[in-house]
Amino acid sequence: MADDEQRATALTGALVSLGHSVTSAMQRLGYATRFLLMLLRWSGQSFRRLHLTIREIYFSGFQSLLIIMVSGLFIGMVLGMQGYDTLQRYGSAEALGVLVALSLVRELGPVVAALLFASRAGSSITAEIGLMKTTEQLMAMDMMAVNPIARVVAPRFWGGVLSMPLLAALFSATGVFGGYLIGVVFIGVDNGAFWSQMQASVDFRYDVWSGIVKSFVFGIAVSLIAVFEGYDAVPTAEGVSSSIKSTVVKSALAILALDFVLTSFMFREAG
Amino acid sequence: MNRKTLDLWVGCFVALGFAAILFLALKVGNLSAANFAETYQVTAKFANIGGLKVRAPVKSAGVVVGRVTEIRFDPQTYEAVAVLNLDGRYHFPKDTFALILTAGLLGEQYIGLDPGGDEKMLAAGDAIAKTQSAVVLEKLISQFMFNKASEGPGNN
Repeated sequence: MADDEQRATALTGALVSLGHSVTSAMQRLGYATRFLLMLLRWSGQSFRRLHLTIREIYFSGFQSLLIIMVSGLFIGMVLGMQGYDTLQRYGSAEALGVLVALSLVRELGPVVAALLFASRAGSSITAEIGLMKTTEQLMAMDMMAVNPIARVVAPRFWGGVLSMPLLAALFSATGVFGGYLIGVVFIGVDNGAFWSQMQASVDFRYDVWSGIVKSFVFGIAVSLIAVFEGYDAVPTAEGVSSSIKSTVVKSALAILALDFVLTSFMFREAG
Repeated sequence: MNRKTLDLWVGCFVALGFAAILFLALKVGNLSAANFAETYQVTAKFANIGGLKVRAPVKSAGVVVGRVTEIRFDPQTYEAVAVLNLDGRYHFPKDTFALILTAGLLGEQYIGLDPGGDEKMLAAGDAIAKTQSAVVLEKLISQFMFNKASEGPGNN
């Protein structure tokens, strides 16, 4: 008898915790949406002091240049080697340029650049805002009638959104150069065929532009997650560290899921 | 760091980013070649288009002179109608022959234009009268088999 009762309470307990996790997730989602609306509302005011946004482009965009370009170069070189290895079995090593360019411009450029950006710039934005919250700087700003969303959050958000497409384009460009370096300079694929086949198959509006749109969407997702996690952090050392972790995890998941959705819309009739 | 050096570095970053986009557009992509400045549309009806797709190239003498912009089905004649966007610089005679060809053995299909001898040129909105459908592999094989069979009772 007592055993049954215990089982019943265990069951209700499980249901309660399930319900609690769903409602709290919904609540957080609602809070994030309202946060985004607030952010957009105060963006105009923050653009009036444009140097704040420019400063953030420097910190999240310019300072990510090195890691983005070096990774792009290496990924392009690996694509060049692996692609050549597979293509030469079918006697079509000249298609190496197409393989490298299409995989970079459509997928790897936007996705890997966004993943790197999330871990390099997104985490530091979260840490910065979370620490400002912990040390009550945000509250102090509010006391002085300075809106922390306009002063701190919006510039960081827009800095990330504007930097992301440029970084992704740089990633793809250095990647194509890396593929060229391995394919043409070291292995000896014909230079003319490498570029001409690439140009024949890569369409600007269809491939390059879709990649830029993708990276713009990823930029919005990563920057929003980074500023929101920082702003919503539990104001303790542990809380800040856990929100940095969740910025990186959530950004990565959001990038990969959004990439699937965007790809299925953009390249549905590509076949 | 003072504001001027910051602006300088951000300016460098943005310029570099736009240079990368330009590189992707012009050197990697085909922005300069594929977008014809002026185009005109003609249609061509085919009994069977095979694996022809929208955005497939239209070539004459091997040179890309346009693209297929639309493929639809005509319920009156039960034929496929392909709308071709041709480069405005090139004009073709009215009796031009449109064929669906395949690049390589298993490559993509494209439309080839064989110019005829007419003195009147195709204008926007015209239809190409003479067309040849895609070669369908199954039909080719069955034709071959029937030919073999009709050669008389076999050796086996």
